[in-house]
Parts: sequence; C-alpha cells; structure tokens
Amino acid sequence: MREEAHLVVEDVRKLYGEVVALDGVSLAVGATDYVVLLGPSGSGKTTLLSVIGGFAFPSAGRITIAGKDVTALGPAVRPTTTVFQDYALFPHMTVAGNVGFGLRIRGVAGTEQRRRVGAALEMVGLTGFDRRGIHELSGGQRQRVALARALVVEPQILLLDEPLGALDLNLRRQMQDELLDLQRRTGRSFVHVTHDQEEAMALASLIVVMNKGRIEDLGPPQRVYARPATRFAATFMGESTQFEGRVAERASGQCLLVETPVGHLPVTGNLEAGSQVTIILRPENIRAEAGGEIALGEARVREAVFQGAHYRVLASRQSPAQDFVLRLPPQAVIEPGMALKLSCAAGDLVLLQR
Amino acid sequence: MIGRLRWPGAGTALGALYMALCYGFIFLPVIVLVLFSFQSGDLPAPPFNGPSLRWYQAAFADGRLVDGFTNSLLVGGSSSALSVLLGFFAAYGISRYEFPLKRAIQAIVILPLAVSYLLIGMGLLVSASWLGFSPSLSTVVIGHVVVNMPLAFVICLAQLGEHQRRVEAAARDLGASTFRVLFSITAPMIAPALIAAFCLCFTLSWDETLIALLNTRFDVTLPVVILSLLRGGVSPLTNAAGSFIFLCSILLMVVVELLLLRQRR
Repeated sequence: MREEAHLVVEDVRKLYGEVVALDGVSLAVGATDYVVLLGPSGSGKTTLLSVIGGFAFPSAGRITIAGKDVTALGPAVRPTTTVFQDYALFPHMTVAGNVGFGLRIRGVAGTEQRRRVGAALEMVGLTGFDRRGIHELSGGQRQRVALARALVVEPQILLLDEPLGALDLNLRRQMQDELLDLQRRTGRSFVHVTHDQEEAMALASLIVVMNKGRIEDLGPPQRVYARPATRFAATFMGESTQFEGRVAERASGQCLLVETPVGHLPVTGNLEAGSQVTIILRPENIRAEAGGEIALGEARVREAVFQGAHYRVLASRQSPAQDFVLRLPPQAVIEPGMALKLSCAAGDLVLLQR
Repeated sequence: MIGRLRWPGAGTALGALYMALCYGFIFLPVIVLVLFSFQSGDLPAPPFNGPSLRWYQAAFADGRLVDGFTNSLLVGGSSSALSVLLGFFAAYGISRYEFPLKRAIQAIVILPLAVSYLLIGMGLLVSASWLGFSPSLSTVVIGHVVVNMPLAFVICLAQLGEHQRRVEAAARDLGASTFRVLFSITAPMIAPALIAAFCLCFTLSWDETLIALLNTRFDVTLPVVILSLLRGGVSPLTNAAGSFIFLCSILLMVVVELLLLRQRR
C-alpha cells in the first residue's frame, strides 16, 4: 500500500514562450520514495525537477510539500536541495567549505558545524577529505561532495539532476548502490532525473515515464516494465514484440479476443469490439518451443546477437508479416534462417490502446 | 606558398624585417625616453652621457611631481575601485535577470567606450560648473569612472557564464540570499578577473591626461604636471617622470596578463 503523499504536484504546466515544457503534470510521492523521472531529452523531466526545486516557476498548477504550498517559493526557502548535473561545487572553497556552506547560511557554526560536516563526509565515504581543494578530486569524489553538501542541511526532498551522467559504467553502478543505501539510511525522498531506463529500474521505488511534457506512465518499476500503460512507456522501458490488431469480440467480462497477424490472442481489457489495439510482449516472455499456453506460430531467425548472459534474437515471418524479438539462453545453437516455433503465456500479453 | 619561392628563406626574412620595423616604430620612442631619463647632462638629446640617477632624484624631490603622483594614485585607486564595483553589479544584473530594454541598457552601459575623451572631459566640466561644483579631483574621478566602467563591465560579463550561473543556483538552493551569493560565491570565483579589471582601469586612469587636464585647477594628476613641465622646455626631468609612469603601467599590465592567462588555463 502507498504511504501518504508528501510531495504533491498538481496539474503543473510550464511554458517557455511558445514551447510547452510541461503539459499538465500531476504526481504524488511518499516521504520515503525513491522517484525516478525517466524520459528522453526534451521530455520535460528536468523542467519538472527545476519546478519542484524552485528554480523555475510553473505557468499554472500547484506544488505542495508536506502539506505546505511552495509553488511561489524560491529554492532558498524550499525544503529541497539539489545535486546538479555538473555538481556545481564552489571551486574557491575546500571540501569542508563546500559541505558547510548551507550550515553557515543557517547560522550553524563552530564545533556543531564541524561535527555535522564530518558526519556528512563520513556518510558519503570521504572522511579525511575536509581540507582538500575541489580541483584535487576525481569525478566520483566530486559527486560525493555534492551529495554531502545537499544532504547536510537535512532537506525533506533531495533532487538529483542526471547525477551519474558524467561517470563511467563501473563507477555508475557503484554510485547507484550507494545512492540507494543513502536514501534508505536518511529516510528521505529522492527525486532523480535520468534518461537511462536501466538506472531507473535499479533505483526507483516509483518510476515516472515522461514524454513531450506529459507523464506517460507512473508506478513501481516491475509494473511499468511488465505492464506499461502506453506504447511510449513500453518502448522506452525496453524492447518488445508488438502485435498490431483489432478487438474481434468481447468474450465474458474483461476477456477480449484480438485479431493479429499471429491469430486471435486472448487478453484482458475493457474495449469495444472493433477498437484498434497493440499487444506487446517482452522478449524474455517468448518461448522458443511449441508447448506454451498460446502458440505464436513459426518464425525464421534473422539475426542472433550474443550478449553474454543471453542471445538477443530477431525473428520474423511472412504473410502476414510479423517481427519478433526474443531472448534465448547462451548455450542455445542458433543460426540465421533457422525456424523457431514460438509460444507464450497468456498473462504476459499486454494490451495497449492505439 | 613559401615553398614556391626560389629562396625558401626569403619570405621568412622579409617577415622578420617587417616585424622588426613594426616593433621599432612602436618601441623606439619609449626606449629613447627611458634612455635619456638616465642622462647626466641637461638635455634629453644625444650625445648620451651617463648613466646617472640624477634626474630621478630631482623628480622625487620636486614637490609638484610628488603631489601629482599622490593625486594620481588617489584618482586611479578610487576611480578603478568604483568602476569595478559598478561594472560588476551591472554585469551581474544584465547576465542574471530578464527585464525590458535589456539590450538597450547594455548598449548604453558600453557606449562611453566609443565617446571621445575630449567630449567626456568637456561635458563634465560644463555640467560641473552648471551644477555649481568647481573643477577638482572628484570630477576627474567621475570622468574616469565614466570611461573605465564599461571596460570593467565587459570583463565581468565575460566571466558570468552558464557554469557560474549553476554554481550560484547551488548556493541559492542551500539558502543563500542574493547578497550572500554575490559576495561569498560570485565575487570570489571571478576574483582574478576583478583584480585584472581593477589593474586595467588603474593603468588607463594613471596616464589619462585630457579629462584630468580639463577638470583640475590646483590639485593636478601626474600626467598634467608633466604636460605643464613640458611647456617650460624639455629636460631629462620629464623623461624620468615619464619613465616612472611607464614602469608603473608595465607592472600593472604584467599583473593583468598573469591573472587572465592563468584563468584561461
């Protein structure tokens, strides 16, 4: 069950001149959620983060944090802090100077300031770096300083703007684990912007898929991946086989029969007969054997790419034409031109309205 | 191109000659000026007999030159400080806020760079007398701020880019007021440029003659003193004073170069 909403975004719009950056976005987030705003560039995810942080003011709509309307408040007085994409550290200050900045502004001085700066540096694994200059740090260390600087003032919500974009893959994985750990230990909600769906799934307790200034889908990563709400969310979250079709008949209750190039597929949904629909199926849910619940017919392998843990296989059939993408175990013997009998389980078919 | 010449060295030699002529044209008068400031005779003209520091001693013993020196320091220091302060504020406002007529205001701020010193000096003299102020060093300070502030503005504006903006946003995000951001983040971060702007303004004010001549009466700046000395005929004394001014300017320009070069790295 979802906890009570802490950050609430209500029908927020943001226009830059004629350009619509946010087109009526609504969102409710719990006090300990790890929210990931996921979308391609230009989807409005960074604008939404700026609007939550107070760096941009919405053209319409309302934002409340812990029941308080913060829509018109600037970043200085919001209970949020931000980790910027380029970290935006203060280059003329030491590590301790950077981390202590927010405390000095709040009048926390002397031993108390030193204690809290020390605790924050320990939390991000930089104990003993107090006196270092910013220029002496590596990218990952700068990232940690930015985190410590933002967390030391105990914000209710931490905002992260593509924080891992500048790091290499190994460091990114490591920082993902540390971010999750940090979020659990501090018990605060994190709002994290990325365009990387793997990063989103690794971190999020709530994924918000955005496109063209709108929310396409919103939910726990497992649900958003397995049963996306829109075709955009489906393709952005990963590959899938897509069957274009038309609702042939409404069987009893929520059960529909959809006419597709691979025959009539039974799916659950609530649509009138004749509606144009797309059915999607994730690659790992396709079985290369005839024994499955629903037969998908026979297809020829066009391409098989070895990816370490599995083969990524592209297959297709003629008249009526249909492409498939599926995964096969790495020990499988696959040649282009081979015929595969495909099947799947009924529960894995996801109906999307076109 | 050079490869097609019969003597490949010829182009290079021609270039070197051209460069030598250029530099000679620029620096020969300076070298002559400095050389004859060490003259031990009474005329700053060949033959050179010396070297001697006689005329430097005379310059530092001359009350008018020393007063002029102090006045120049005063005018240079205060006008440059004001120019940098106002230029910095103007640059911050222009780069960080959106407001109507922004382009026009920016153009007006830079405009004095294109107006002749004679016009500014005379305008200042006329306005001052119309307002009932007698010409003084303060009027000269105002004049120098008018001509130097645009320079300080342009130097500061070039420093306040996107990265700087995000760092300021980070400070604001942590609770800093605009005043706090300006003085604990922006100014320290662009400190080298601010110091360089100060030195540049100071150098320009240090040997500015026209505005200073038109707007002073009894307390005058060093270039004005030298001008009046020249009216009484040439003497190695003026060479010594001129060389000293030149030396000060050179030192400041070295500081500017060092600061701005280190920035670019």
